[in-house]
Amino acid sequence: MKLIDNIKGGLDKISVETLKERAEAIKNALPKVSEKKEEKPETKEEIPEDCIKCPSCNNIIEKKSLGSLKICPNCAKLFRMNAKDRIKAIADEGSFKEMDINMEAANPLNFPDYSAKIKGLQEKTGLKDAVKTGTCTIGGYRCVIGVMDSGFMMGSMGSVVGEKLTRVFEYGTEHKLPVIIFTCSGGARMQEGIVSLMQMAKVSAAVAKHSEAGQLYVTVLTDPTTGGVTASFAMLGDIILAEPKTLIGFAGRRVIEQTIKQKLPDEFQTSEFLLEHGFVDAIVEREKLPDTLKTILKLHNCKKEVE
Amino acid sequence: MPAYDNVKIARKISRPTALDYIDHIFEDFVELHGDRGFRDDKAVIGGIASINGIPVTVIGIQKGKTMEENIERNFGQPHPEGYRKALRLMEQAEKFHRPIINLINTSGAYPGLGAEERGQGEAIAKNLMVMANLRTPTISVIIGEGGSGGALALAVTDRVWMLENSVYAVLSPEGFASILWKDAKRAKEAADLMKITAEDLLDMGVIEKVIKEVDGGCQNDFGFTANLMKAKLESELEILMAKDIDTLLKERYNRFRSFGEFKE
Repeated sequence: MKLIDNIKGGLDKISVETLKERAEAIKNALPKVSEKKEEKPETKEEIPEDCIKCPSCNNIIEKKSLGSLKICPNCAKLFRMNAKDRIKAIADEGSFKEMDINMEAANPLNFPDYSAKIKGLQEKTGLKDAVKTGTCTIGGYRCVIGVMDSGFMMGSMGSVVGEKLTRVFEYGTEHKLPVIIFTCSGGARMQEGIVSLMQMAKVSAAVAKHSEAGQLYVTVLTDPTTGGVTASFAMLGDIILAEPKTLIGFAGRRVIEQTIKQKLPDEFQTSEFLLEHGFVDAIVEREKLPDTLKTILKLHNCKKEVE
Repeated sequence: MPAYDNVKIARKISRPTALDYIDHIFEDFVELHGDRGFRDDKAVIGGIASINGIPVTVIGIQKGKTMEENIERNFGQPHPEGYRKALRLMEQAEKFHRPIINLINTSGAYPGLGAEERGQGEAIAKNLMVMANLRTPTISVIIGEGGSGGALALAVTDRVWMLENSVYAVLSPEGFASILWKDAKRAKEAADLMKITAEDLLDMGVIEKVIKEVDGGCQNDFGFTANLMKAKLESELEILMAKDIDTLLKERYNRFRSFGEFKE
């Protein structure tokens, strides 16, 4: 209170609202004395193993009824797709040739338990890290593709994600091929610290080279695309597509709400919000993505399968 | 000294700001405002000036020295239009073959409603991509806090230096501890693990140079650090300007290309 009063005394040009907001920002910038934990009501609902509760319509549905595109049969809510299913849904059958299959994380900061965590996730998910990359055809058109997977440490970007994506762009530049990236990430991987941050610059520099070589880059933003991934290659596509009702943003909702002391509207940081503000070219239904990508590749005179 | 002590020094309100260095090191500074799209973000300052007779573009993220100034400067947390202003000035520098010097001091890009509406992520991303290819020599110096993407957005440069007590990190130690351990109070512990000090980052090859400060921080003897920075900038500019531009760009690409540790 005293802080606000002090500021008020010295300034009359700025509104009290702004002052309050800024004072809160200062308060939030300081280390917290106590962190309030959000209370989540634990509903002890019995859900059979082969079923899942749709977070949108709350219906209990059979997992297999989601189909290969992982769409709720009741309300059309898009469930997150893993990289393997996504590639299956997008690439022409049998055309995907994976690159850098065995690349895996080191531990640049010697961060406690990081290596064990990676190992555990590798066993659990069958993935080496949070992105699969390779070449494929879409509707007969050749391209280099990268698909992030939220099942592996929320798709966070450390050295492996950064390196594999950089190689995707370098391959595309060298072989004059378009690049398509499906983004899905919580942002930088904390356990790799500054090395994660540097991946943003590394990949962006590779995007720049690919772009200078006149090649096409299309990003498809899927749920969630946030933080350092949004602030680098996700927003650098010549064409930026997004799936409906996808979370896309830079700063986290909670951080923003704490900073500005306001509740944010539900549609904040959705693909629809970004479309409205001019940061997404088009929102495309999941089942229409292969066709849309094919058309885009065709209109850029991309190469057909056989040279 | 624990890394968190550097954090405390880097955040001191008495710590010299970008404008202090500009006043001390450069001559004929003409400040240029605005992103030509939305507004002038006062958290980012920039303009043209000369150093050792060489015209340069100089850009800084500016914190305030008083509460009043901090409110005006948004505590050195830029909005997208701040990054776009910086980009505009950097592209202008490229056109006139002026080297670019960026002085970085931010806890991070501002997390706010308007910032998201106007594309904070896009603004940072664009800077990273364009800076990688700017056909003019570029140097950045982290003079206080180097907070995450909001700092990196001005640091994709040929040389990245830090003042001795500056910090450069993927996230604040408080944020880091709160994400990883759900406990912001463990910030000190986080700071030690994160490798955020100038010394650690020099060891890791993330930066090329550390500029000394006197005991307790450069606010205790501003001239000492500013004179050192001036001398280093002068000699480095000479080196960078003598390079063929294509070589410079190749080296810049390789500088960032080399970051990352993995097994295959």
